[in-house]
Amino acid sequence: MTEQSKGLTRRQLLKTSATTLAAGAAASAQAATVIGTPKWLPFDHNGPMHYDSPGWQFFTAEEAAEVEAIVEQLIPADELSVSGKDAGCAVFIDRQLVGDYGDFGRLYMEGPFTPGTPAQADQSPLVPRERYRIGLAGLSKYCQATFQKNFSALAPEQRDKVLTDLEKGAITLEGIEAKAFFQQVLDNTMEGFFADPIYGGNRDMVSWKMIGFPGARYDYRDYIGLHNQKLNLTPISIIGSSAWNKKG
Amino acid sequence: MAKKLPSTDVVVVGLGWAGSIIANELADTGLNVIGFERGPWRDTATDFNLASATDELRYNRRQELMLRTKQNTCTMRNKESETALPMRVWGSFHPGNGTGGAGNHWAGITFRFQPTEFRLHSYLTERYGKELPAELTLQDWGTTWEEMEPHYDAFERLAGVSGKAGNLNGTIVEGGNPFEGARSKEYPNPPTAQTYAPTLFAEAAKNLGYKPFPVPSALASRAYTNQLGVTMGPCTFCGFCTNYGCGNYSKASAIVNVLPALIRKPNFTAKTNSEVLKVTMDSTGTRATGIIYVDSSGQEWEQPAEIVVVAAFIFENVRLMLLSGVGEPYNPITNTGTTGRNYAYQTANSVKMFFNDKNFNPYIGGGAIGMGIDEFNNDNFDHSGLGFVGGGSTRVTPIGAAPIDSRPTPPGTPAWGAKWKKATVDNYLSTMSIGCEASSYSTRNNYLSLDPNYKDPHGRPLLRITFDFPENDLKMAQYVTNKVVEIAKTMNPREMVPAPRKGPWANTSYQSSHIVGGFIMGADPKNSSVNKHLQVWGVPNLFVVGSSAFPQNPGYNPTGTVGALAFKAADAIKRLYLQRPGEMISV
Repeated sequence: MTEQSKGLTRRQLLKTSATTLAAGAAASAQAATVIGTPKWLPFDHNGPMHYDSPGWQFFTAEEAAEVEAIVEQLIPADELSVSGKDAGCAVFIDRQLVGDYGDFGRLYMEGPFTPGTPAQADQSPLVPRERYRIGLAGLSKYCQATFQKNFSALAPEQRDKVLTDLEKGAITLEGIEAKAFFQQVLDNTMEGFFADPIYGGNRDMVSWKMIGFPGARYDYRDYIGLHNQKLNLTPISIIGSSAWNKKG
Repeated sequence: MAKKLPSTDVVVVGLGWAGSIIANELADTGLNVIGFERGPWRDTATDFNLASATDELRYNRRQELMLRTKQNTCTMRNKESETALPMRVWGSFHPGNGTGGAGNHWAGITFRFQPTEFRLHSYLTERYGKELPAELTLQDWGTTWEEMEPHYDAFERLAGVSGKAGNLNGTIVEGGNPFEGARSKEYPNPPTAQTYAPTLFAEAAKNLGYKPFPVPSALASRAYTNQLGVTMGPCTFCGFCTNYGCGNYSKASAIVNVLPALIRKPNFTAKTNSEVLKVTMDSTGTRATGIIYVDSSGQEWEQPAEIVVVAAFIFENVRLMLLSGVGEPYNPITNTGTTGRNYAYQTANSVKMFFNDKNFNPYIGGGAIGMGIDEFNNDNFDHSGLGFVGGGSTRVTPIGAAPIDSRPTPPGTPAWGAKWKKATVDNYLSTMSIGCEASSYSTRNNYLSLDPNYKDPHGRPLLRITFDFPENDLKMAQYVTNKVVEIAKTMNPREMVPAPRKGPWANTSYQSSHIVGGFIMGADPKNSSVNKHLQVWGVPNLFVVGSSAFPQNPGYNPTGTVGALAFKAADAIKRLYLQRPGEMISV
């Protein structure tokens, strides 16, 4: 069997458990009285969803083209790795935005909203979905007004200039602070590039191979004493690895 | 309207370290104990499965084990003149949620405080007199090292702490921390193995005449069975440790070391996803009658009890006391009241070191794997003429290097693009850092109170933090960081980035979850909230346990002392209170 087909087998397993689990997780969020030996459900609370279905789930095709152009510029292809686009960073962001991160479902989002001091950190009333929708629209408007083109149609040098200006807050976007929008996209791009591939980015563990991070390994007892040595460990993802499936 | 339940003997609020320890000790006396937990039941096998526990996005970035700020958060400001705003995402610190609490995602560093800490104000006044900075409101704890030591020992045995004694019954032992208080027993487990970075640091420190020792670690160095009969597995140095749950039963936590035994006792019940709204008091205000809690359907219940133990995270301990009208709220203008006073933090400093020719394999490690020195901690050096008191625990602890957050680059590196990528690749394996986790001393202006503007989903005010680093602590931070730089220089890095803590305190980046004070212990009800048995002054059947009891924070991680205080309170209840219910100390 090839490595890919084994990986798929494991993905199937994770998908199944994630579905089974939706019920378990919902049940466990209820108030409960626990007496005696707790019930153990295999893979309860377990398993992130694996976002390998095709197509865009949050972005429109137009938005997706712009996001892909941005992540390609933030993480350019070179001799060290493929680009952020080819690593799946835009797919990662798309899947994050449709998920529970996209509307800050876990966070305190009650008003009044006031900007506060820098020490008081992010006080924006906008949730990530709004940040992207508004920010991308603002960016297109800026690029159309300035270059009569979308960001994705600009030459690489022009793209770099626009991103640098966003980063510095040297340009103004409608509806969202340019610096905050840039930081949001940069943070999510880096998450997508370096997170476990199960979330749709870091395809083929490209960033982990690039820096020498062995990924989701769980036992270094045989390695902790090997000081100042290159270990050349093949990375492993939560999705699985052929190394896990070898028999005998 | 709350529905009233049949009365029980003991109610414990919070099933993290402190609450689980007390609940277990009291259940052993035959009392009926009900433990309340606002979060879910957590269990290693189901929650921290090895196949998916190694997930940086889920646990580190999205903070799955931490309290959802939607459920409850704090507001913050640096000074009285500012309007506090809610912490919408946890930045500076990471409160936990669910059984085990923050003790699931902690690092596992398990120091004891030193004997002088428990009489800090008296001790420093004796030594420095008028030199003691006037802004500080340091206090004695109302207890002594001799009273604390057996409880530190009990916690170390419970948590299976791995380390090396430095002072065994008054004899200094080579290889341990010579600055620790005299301990009655060796650690229950030997020190863990070490990676390259702490080993290199220890060599450099030794060459300079310092006494390096293995950081005391609640990550088990070998299989270990504690006094409750619960077994831990050896740490595998996976590097998914701080901010993660442990899938190996290696990192001590209430869910690993206490609850598996406790939940099987017939006279103990846990109520999860059940948030305690307040402690109910009788009409005289001198007796707690129980608690009101709300379940996940929104139904409120009253649970009457003979003894109420509040052992949640510091913020909720203090907020529950303010919401229940226990003690007088502290007012910094008039300097009156005790509930909310002497809030302090930890002053985290570091020196990052970039090398050309080294390979640290930084992804191997754990929250409490490392080597440290204590020469610049607390009052282990003479502060005469320095203009500050306090200091920090200096150490190298490679906690792991999952790369969304851990990808060091030298100053001046762009945040993106080709140059960023090259610098990331060049420095990932060859960078290390020396940390200095330093003291945070209380002042009149740093305190906790109820927020006037922001409310939780039940309509109760959020807790408001008013805090900034005192001048004393900023001077100390600079001094100890300079000392760390002297050690770092001898290790010949290509480049070094010293980062002494600077003000203002901010919620923008993680510093430490070592938060203390607000409901402090002491010898005098005028300036403390609980006596040395953690019993609330004037409300003898109410106990409030946790780091909320620390009058200030020394340069050590707090969990060892939280665990010891839990054993101390349980011991006092069993030995004194149950024999003769009432005030255990009369003033």
